[in-house]
Amino acid sequence: MFGAINPAVLIASLMVASVPIMLAALGELVVEKSGVLNLGVEGMMIIGAICGFITAVTTGSPLLGFAGGAAGGAALALIFAVLTQSLLANQVATGLALTLFGLGLSSLMGQGYNGIKPPLTAAVPFGPLRDIPGLGRILFSHDWVVYFSILIIAATWYVLKYTRTGLIIRAVGENHDAAHALGYKVNRIRLACILFGGAMAGMGGAYISLIRVPQWTDGITAGAGWIALAIVVFASWKPWRVLIGAYLFGGITVLQLNLQAAGSSIPVEYLSMSPYLITILVLVIMSSGKGRTLNAPAALGQNFHATR
Amino acid sequence: MTSAKPVLLSVEGITKAYPGVVANADVSFQIHQGEVHALLGENGAGKSTLVKMIYGLVKPDQGRMTWRGAAYAPSEPRAARAAGVAMVFQHFSLFEALNVAENVALGMENPPALGALAAKITQVSEAYGLPLDPTRMVGDLSAGERQRVEIIRCLLQDPKLLIMDEPTSVLTPQEVDILFKTLRQLAAEGTAILYISHKLEEIRALCDEATILRRGRVVGTCTPRERTAREMAEMMVGAVLTPPERGAKKDWGDNHPALEITNLSVESPIPFGTALKAVSFTVQRGEVLGIAGVAGNGQDELLLALSGEIRTAEGMVKATGVSVGPLGPNDRRRIGFVMAPEDRLGHAAAPDMSLVENAFLTGAVRKGLTRHGFIDWAATRDFADRIIKAYDVRTPGSHVAARALSGGNLQKFVIGRELSQSPDVIVINQPTWGVDAAAAAAIRQAILDRATEGAAVVVISQDLDELLEISDSFAVLNAGRLTAPRPVKGLTIDQIGLMMGGAHGMETAHVPA
Repeated sequence: MFGAINPAVLIASLMVASVPIMLAALGELVVEKSGVLNLGVEGMMIIGAICGFITAVTTGSPLLGFAGGAAGGAALALIFAVLTQSLLANQVATGLALTLFGLGLSSLMGQGYNGIKPPLTAAVPFGPLRDIPGLGRILFSHDWVVYFSILIIAATWYVLKYTRTGLIIRAVGENHDAAHALGYKVNRIRLACILFGGAMAGMGGAYISLIRVPQWTDGITAGAGWIALAIVVFASWKPWRVLIGAYLFGGITVLQLNLQAAGSSIPVEYLSMSPYLITILVLVIMSSGKGRTLNAPAALGQNFHATR
Repeated sequence: MTSAKPVLLSVEGITKAYPGVVANADVSFQIHQGEVHALLGENGAGKSTLVKMIYGLVKPDQGRMTWRGAAYAPSEPRAARAAGVAMVFQHFSLFEALNVAENVALGMENPPALGALAAKITQVSEAYGLPLDPTRMVGDLSAGERQRVEIIRCLLQDPKLLIMDEPTSVLTPQEVDILFKTLRQLAAEGTAILYISHKLEEIRALCDEATILRRGRVVGTCTPRERTAREMAEMMVGAVLTPPERGAKKDWGDNHPALEITNLSVESPIPFGTALKAVSFTVQRGEVLGIAGVAGNGQDELLLALSGEIRTAEGMVKATGVSVGPLGPNDRRRIGFVMAPEDRLGHAAAPDMSLVENAFLTGAVRKGLTRHGFIDWAATRDFADRIIKAYDVRTPGSHVAARALSGGNLQKFVIGRELSQSPDVIVINQPTWGVDAAAAAAIRQAILDRATEGAAVVVISQDLDELLEISDSFAVLNAGRLTAPRPVKGLTIDQIGLMMGGAHGMETAHVPA
């Protein structure tokens, strides 16, 4: 059954497949570390996908496309931030609304962009390294975003663990009242984290419409945002585990595509639902109240209002 | 003597109003260098608001402050810290999932690298006799150790003024002694200490000067050593206090104790909570058992196990000889239990529901507030109104949300609601937490009245004076274990301190409990 699948190609393609969910999950990890639960990842991703697509097609530059995607995701995140941080709206409801809004808005913005090809993003030229058998295909055949996503995981890990900025973010997510009493600007720190999360989700979305698919169709993210949310929990809020989780979920997605192509005897429908089934499972574990033992930030999802 | 020292901080005519309440009105006082100055007042007298203004957390509406002769108006805690003001909070401003060094770093302006900071923490903590391991998670520390983290965080900044907001409410008597030794050492080195408390004996033992607040105003100053605790209490309350009275005891002639706990062991459902380990005690009808202990030693878990929120194995919890362990809260209410947990907003009462609805929530079973499965609103409203009247709950009416009441008033409502249900077994955690002295006396009296009528009462409290005042027998929860109950008569504070486990972590600071 696996005979038709080349492992090097499989690994290389799972690395590509996992970039969108990895970026989005990493952004959400930082958001949740600061104590905010933004369930609008799917919405921010798809807005990023269409904004990135439009920017890239208009300017002809895929690089600007990714910048546009990040900006689009951050702009949507800003709405979430204003609603939850200034107006103290419920985070869960606002996040869900953000997803619905993003799906609708992206569909509207995408009118007239169906069937267009975006400008191509070339692989990073590694020269002869690329021709190493097996390894070359896995490590040195990718576009820059693949390497960028791994770099930013390392950077996030370093910042959260070793810098004062990271310490303050964790502190705010752990106990916002105490952080406020010590003089930290809880809402401002959370705003910055929410914007970062939006930008990362937007970039992840842009990767789908610019490289992974690459074209625009309505609902192109197809639930990737929900998978990203599940990965954050799966990773128990640790950056390196986001990498593992994203590869695992990306791997399942690629594997089921490959199995379909290889003519597996399991019905296609079961294969395509498998990543989502696992997502549901992870989210159930998260909401079963075992969150704390999973290392969840103590103030996750709670709004903060300072009395002065 | 103290007046010879230069003035450090002078507060003149400070006023701060919140919608509906004036927290501080025209407050003035002075602190000299190296002085231990007490800020004395009941809960809600405006002490916390006043120090928050000194610490830059709250801006005054009127008035001014002078710091070493220059105008002082900190816009945020950072500015206050830069000037040399440090504060130890009443509810610790600590992060449980971070370690000691990280917690200390968060409270400093320009902390050194964590490695160097850890070394410094060890050094300072030894210099002041407050052993502490910088690598331990704060979530695993006892309350006394947590306070050490806060104090050391302040000391590392070399403060000129150290503000301590109710520092001893979570400490054992021995830990209080250690704290006082540290504070005296600091004062001798020239650091001024602003000490907020309503515990009069402590203030008499520690403080040089006292400013007394009542309802946001300064009502007097005194030198605590020259006054009796009673004099200061009456200045603080503005009324003459009478201790609660106990009705005559009866012999009820029961075969079984009203409440019998045998080898109760349960895991804690609370993060960083404490599991109960083989807790055993009995309470007879008409008896009040006081359970003391520093917060976080299993008090919440014990209440949950008694109220039925945690189900326990057959035989661990018995009422008049019948096992009730597997019964939930409503089934227990049906057979005569009432319970009032510590957390008023969110546990004892639903914050956004009206007092009527809250009265229904626990009163429905025993007061018969339903008819054919529907809520009998008229009877429920009547029940709520009667509680409000009987327990002097200050509220515009029973229709207001529980959240809108002040802490003390809500506490009166919650306790009143439970005690009005003619209970056989009463379980209360922190009956008078945050309640003013007059209302606290009324609550204690009501508890004693129910005991006289034949209820078995378990009072869990961190206020030793309260327990000694109303209990017949006394036990201490320590790390989830309960000491054998002893009669209150003849018990000394030293014995109680030893029952409470002395000072936590003083002998071996590096061995996790």
